[in-house]
Amino acid sequence: MNLMDTSLSLANPGARLDNVQKLGLSLASIGVLILLVTIFGINFPNPGLFAGISIALMTLGGVIYTHRTYGGKPEGIKNNGVWQDSLSNRGTWGWIIGIILTGFYCLLYWWPQYLGLGSDGAANTGMVAMFDPLSQFLKKQNASQWFVYGTLYTVAIFVMGYKYIYKYRHNRYQIIRTLSVMFFQLGFAFLIPEILMRLNHPYNDFKNMWPLNYYFFDGWSIDGMINGGSMGMFMLSWGFIMMFVLSPFLTYKYGKRWYCSWVCGCGGLAETAGDPYRHLSDKSLKAWQVERWMIHAVLALVTLVTMAVIFSYVNDNQGKILITPLILLGIIGLLIASVAIVTYLNRKSMQELDKRIMYAVYGILGLIALFSIIAFATGSRNLFFIDSYQLRSWYGFLIGSAFAGVIGVGFYPIMGSRVWCRFGCPMAAILGLQQKYFSRFRITTNGGQCISCGNCSTYCEMGIDVRSYAQKGQDIVRASCVGCGVCSAVCPRGVLRLENGSDDIHEKARYERTIHITEDEIRILS
Amino acid sequence: MKIAIIGNGISGITAARWIRKLSDHEITVISGETDYFFSRTALMYIYMGHMRFNDTVPYEPWFWKKNRINLLRAWVRNIDFDNKTLMLDKAKSPHKTRPAIPDLFQYDKLIIATGSSPNKFGWPGQDLKGVRGLYSYQDLAYMERYSENLNRAVIVGGGLIGIEMAEMFHSRNIPVTFLVREESYWNNVLPKEESEMVNRHIKEHHIDLRLKTELKEIVDDGNGNACAVITNQGERIECGYVGLTAGVHPNIGFLKDTTLEIGRGIKVNKHLETNIKDVYAIGDCAEQTQPLPGRRGIEAIWYTGRMMGETVAYNICGQTKDYNPGIWFNSAKFLDIEYQVYGTVLAHPPEHHISIYWEHQDGKKSIRIIYDGNNQEILGFNLMGIRYRHEVCEKWIRDKANIVDVLTNLGLANFDPEFYDEYERQLIHSYNQQLDKGGTPITLQKTRGLDAVIRFLRQPFS
Repeated sequence: MNLMDTSLSLANPGARLDNVQKLGLSLASIGVLILLVTIFGINFPNPGLFAGISIALMTLGGVIYTHRTYGGKPEGIKNNGVWQDSLSNRGTWGWIIGIILTGFYCLLYWWPQYLGLGSDGAANTGMVAMFDPLSQFLKKQNASQWFVYGTLYTVAIFVMGYKYIYKYRHNRYQIIRTLSVMFFQLGFAFLIPEILMRLNHPYNDFKNMWPLNYYFFDGWSIDGMINGGSMGMFMLSWGFIMMFVLSPFLTYKYGKRWYCSWVCGCGGLAETAGDPYRHLSDKSLKAWQVERWMIHAVLALVTLVTMAVIFSYVNDNQGKILITPLILLGIIGLLIASVAIVTYLNRKSMQELDKRIMYAVYGILGLIALFSIIAFATGSRNLFFIDSYQLRSWYGFLIGSAFAGVIGVGFYPIMGSRVWCRFGCPMAAILGLQQKYFSRFRITTNGGQCISCGNCSTYCEMGIDVRSYAQKGQDIVRASCVGCGVCSAVCPRGVLRLENGSDDIHEKARYERTIHITEDEIRILS
Repeated sequence: MKIAIIGNGISGITAARWIRKLSDHEITVISGETDYFFSRTALMYIYMGHMRFNDTVPYEPWFWKKNRINLLRAWVRNIDFDNKTLMLDKAKSPHKTRPAIPDLFQYDKLIIATGSSPNKFGWPGQDLKGVRGLYSYQDLAYMERYSENLNRAVIVGGGLIGIEMAEMFHSRNIPVTFLVREESYWNNVLPKEESEMVNRHIKEHHIDLRLKTELKEIVDDGNGNACAVITNQGERIECGYVGLTAGVHPNIGFLKDTTLEIGRGIKVNKHLETNIKDVYAIGDCAEQTQPLPGRRGIEAIWYTGRMMGETVAYNICGQTKDYNPGIWFNSAKFLDIEYQVYGTVLAHPPEHHISIYWEHQDGKKSIRIIYDGNNQEILGFNLMGIRYRHEVCEKWIRDKANIVDVLTNLGLANFDPEFYDEYERQLIHSYNQQLDKGGTPITLQKTRGLDAVIRFLRQPFS
């Protein structure tokens, strides 16, 4: 918005750190620097020890900073100076952190040799070598860049999670939710997969599912599970149970928050390490328009790529697996038919939708049908005439690495903590569609108590303009809401509450919603 | 029809929005304060760094164009009611994109929604530099200018703005002395226990709270700046800023010598019409000539402003509606303690108002329920640090529900977040303890939960 100055501040109230806080930040920064200097070729004599020192300093610094900042004061909302501090208001420090994070992710994904990853059997050096001892201890193998990443990711969730819990120590919802993401990160994302690999089982993160886990249907992944004995078969069945039973059930009962802000690793990092940046998400209508097209485009893309990969896999393995190309064609036909039937049965509520959305959906379904028939008829092993694994690797590069990693986390200090979850995550897209149409979750508003102050919208990491609903006394049912509960926490008048109810969710939501924000207004192209 | 609205606060903007919903009239909102409507109640959060000014603006600029609501950035100097003409002064605006401001503006119907101004009670030195209330955007900018290297701020007046201002300075580690005339904070509104809870909480934040202390004089440093205050107890407190927060009065100075009938505010009837045809007044600046029983003529709060805005829109668009603010409710936040009130909760209640009170051992949460001892009917709810549902409390009060009914179903009212402790049983315990020997003790039947609430709210009002 083009409105006056962004901050009235003439004085520099942001610079309010005392010496103890500075000590905490310095210790943590030294911890980070110990790791970063290795990129420039500095090797430590005892790498494992220095890795330990680095993590210890980050933890100690984080704890000192946390206690000095939030301790010794009455419990409550601690957002003083958020928009006045250069670290959190896209100031110099924010950009510096953003550039460092982005750079780190680029090295991690595309140039791991600079992190010290030894190639062709060479020993690790630098940062990766620092984590060899821990990796040896856990799985009797040297570390990879992914092991380093997983370790640091877990440390970040724990240190920043501790900070978050202490900041919100008056709020039991926030405490339990944060303990949950810490638990799933340490157990499910970090320890269990490493231990599985130590026991020669395939790598598996049991809380991850397709399409966030886009490699689930890749040939090597399926083969690994099929040939992985009973544990492999369990992983395969678990993947399907998650997708088709557990996730729909939990999302129906509690909304997508059961995953996005309680279990998911990306969500876990956003809620802890990303918390200082949650207010930077764009709340404009324009951003919402972009979001709706972008996230569903990624969902369509991952669906197509996955179908292509499965199609090729089935073709390449004829005679080895039960599913033949003909059966696959049948399954595709069944899926298309079921989407068509669901759409037809819900045509009344679909009428609210932009017609172009329906055309897009039908267009994609038609193309899939056409390509399937042609590919089957010509006996091609590629559904879209392009090598399926090539397609899949482009997706991995563009979406899996560049979007989810580099932009998703690297841009925390610039665009807020949920850029990936909001604009790119296909998992969030599926859960969001279910949340909007088949879930008991909603945020209720408390009668007429809203004073339109804007704290809820400001601190919504998903960029939802919560206030626009609250000031009309209208319940909030939005596909993107991850149920973090911060809008409710920061509301100074007790207006918002996250609820699950069996009663008609749209009674206070859908119809009143069209007074100001009609579906017309959220079209992007008109 | 051309409708002019003076003031782009919650009252004026609500009126504009509702007139647009109900009609195709030409609407122009005139304000010298800001280009766009912002939430006045959120001024404190800008200062404290929780939000930017932009974040307190509820509607994006496209909203006004789309709804064909014209915005004029100007101050109204004078009104010629006979010729239905406003005389405008340009206001400073950083934006040149706006249409040129005319000197005169013709209207067919006029809504005055000019809000309030902070009270000054003739204190010596009250017009010095560094002395100001907190109501407008300009007040905030003024406060900001004086905050750099500020040694101490003194706040005069123990109401809602006073404690907000104390919190604001405190958030920047600026020492604050808070002068409160009464023997306990806001005790003309809050019952004794709640008022004392806030006293304790203010001190917990190391804010220098001075009860039973009044301002006698503000001292000039010789250059026209405030440099200290002298209290009625003769104490001199050095300070670089004095916040005047001893209430507000209608902002109607520019209307003094007109034919408009004015008391403390602009006099309006139940249709919000003034004594001049086609001229209406709403919000803080309006004074009801016949307020509803138990209500005051001027209620300078956000919610009544919003309700008046809606009511005046109906009346202007030909659907006559009485202004009916319904059952009283309000809310605030005293530093970290949220406050909600529904219905009648008096600081000095008559004898037949029976109070059931429970306070958490941490001294920061409490529930108070008031009922009529003569007929056992529920009267009001007062919450500190606990959230209750507006609709549920309102329905009980409107239905004149029996206190036993209310207490046994009290969980329906609980609006605290998931996993929070529920204290309804403790409150019922207080009730059972204060029962006469003959009374039957009651137990809680319903705990927090949405489904039961929706079923309850669907029952028709009896």
